[in-house]
Amino acid sequence: MRLYRRACVQYKSTVMADLKVNIGKLELKNPVLTASGTFGYGVEFEDFIDIDALGGIIVKGTTLEHREGNPYPRMAETPSGMLNAVGLQNKGVDAFINDIYPKIKHYKTNVIVNVSGSKIEDYVAVVEKLNDLDNIPAIELNISCPNVKTGGMAFGTSCSSAQDVTKAVRNAYKKTLIVKLSPNVTSIADIAKAVEDAGADSISLINTLLGMAVDAETQRPVLSTITGGLSGPCVKPIALRMVWQVSKAVKIPLIGLGGIMNATDAIEFILAGASAVQVGTANFIDPAVSIKIVNGIDDYCNRHKIGSVNQLIGQLKF
Amino acid sequence: MKKYIHDLTIVSNRKLNSQYFILGLSDIAPLPEMLPGQFVEIKVENNSSVFLRRPISVHDVDREKNILYLLIKIVGNGTHSLSLVKQGEKLNLVYPLGNNFNTENVGNVILAGGGCGIAPMLYLARLLKQKNKKVSILLGGRTSSDILEIDEFEKYGSVYISTDDGSLGEKGFITKNTVLTRLKEYDRLYCCGPLPMLKVIAAVAKENNIDCEVSLENTMACGIGACLCCVTETIDGNKCVCTEGPVFNINQLSWQI
Repeated sequence: MRLYRRACVQYKSTVMADLKVNIGKLELKNPVLTASGTFGYGVEFEDFIDIDALGGIIVKGTTLEHREGNPYPRMAETPSGMLNAVGLQNKGVDAFINDIYPKIKHYKTNVIVNVSGSKIEDYVAVVEKLNDLDNIPAIELNISCPNVKTGGMAFGTSCSSAQDVTKAVRNAYKKTLIVKLSPNVTSIADIAKAVEDAGADSISLINTLLGMAVDAETQRPVLSTITGGLSGPCVKPIALRMVWQVSKAVKIPLIGLGGIMNATDAIEFILAGASAVQVGTANFIDPAVSIKIVNGIDDYCNRHKIGSVNQLIGQLKF
Repeated sequence: MKKYIHDLTIVSNRKLNSQYFILGLSDIAPLPEMLPGQFVEIKVENNSSVFLRRPISVHDVDREKNILYLLIKIVGNGTHSLSLVKQGEKLNLVYPLGNNFNTENVGNVILAGGGCGIAPMLYLARLLKQKNKKVSILLGGRTSSDILEIDEFEKYGSVYISTDDGSLGEKGFITKNTVLTRLKEYDRLYCCGPLPMLKVIAAVAKENNIDCEVSLENTMACGIGACLCCVTETIDGNKCVCTEGPVFNINQLSWQI
């Protein structure tokens, strides 16, 4: 039984089931993480939820150098989702370490940094700096961002480049290494296998799907970059399919994401083979949704008389 | 300022004309402090084509009656759904969001609202009047049905009007209203409206060397600085309109004016 501090919305005060899961050496108090790029650095959500009650947070994509990101407009609403073209706007790893880390290192949950880059050397330089931060127990290697001109998704769309960057980072980074895969590939299972062989501890999937929005009135693309990354419930069936396929191909634990809006969605990913999940775009609609999903998973376990959430991982019945 | 996520009760839905309506929202508990220029993000229920919340300016706050007023223009599916809500129903709000207009260090001010940009100006005008400032209000729109709440604005200052078609007030763009030729009389110009209007007004303010604050209406997703979708270019790089704005002093923006 665990007591949650009351935030501004009244949440369930106790959790009954054992929600602990492991991602390699990393222990999560429950399987709910927040997805990079949808949760800022956590501080943006402190008015709404108790960050410590989450399994972890994955902070904004961090690069070696400061990045201004793409020009406005960066967002288009779509049926059951949205396109974004933010382009990894961030102040760079040194600013993260000096300015942001001191504000978030007190969180009593796993703070995971999403690492992005254009060159293998950049990824390595970033993770070498992050290695020294005591309260960052893991990184998520982003080889799947569709919104940057060089690098990003290019690393995640061929087995050899995915393997090369994962290997290089593995050699430089001693703690838990999660690699985030792109769905914009022919066979995601092959990429997953390559990443596992290169030493990744875990795979998170999926990043956004490359998409596009057109304004018929102005006869122009909506996004400044023309194309962008699609997220939200519209991508969930694709994400579930990919989690299931990858779970058959690799032995390392998976973290599933793509359109999770509620606890039922999260359970679906866990049944399909994910050991944990990430909540992304849903944070924009309901800033308290991540905690509601934790509580909902507990309710589900109780309703189905399941003592530990681990008993659900990959237990899809056929 | 602390932000909240609350279900508020609709106490009124007043249709102004075919395009505009004003929602009154209340709660059992006292509403949190809200300042002129701030906005709320409303969840649109029962419309599967609307995925994101809709950002809406605070139009006015009645502290005695504990009512928040939102002036909304029907521009698409989301705002159309909101126009149909009924008294007694609830709407989920994330609020109050964003920064506010600076009401310090001024004596004589002018507020310019174009089209739906009129919305945040009423609360601002009322607050400035309470602070004993001399207030002028310039309202502009395509036609007379875009000029809203004139009686309300007249309580707080002198009202000037422009319509593109001349159906009310001076004929022509709001940016050509004769009150703007006397801009040097004022200490600050506050402005909200479509981007082209803001840029012209900002240029006029700069020519006259008077302080100018504009409220931007960039499309946004989260409203709390997490998604980084609503950015505008400033002299310090891209800034989120939802958290660093929506109000910016024109000197902060990297506009070529």
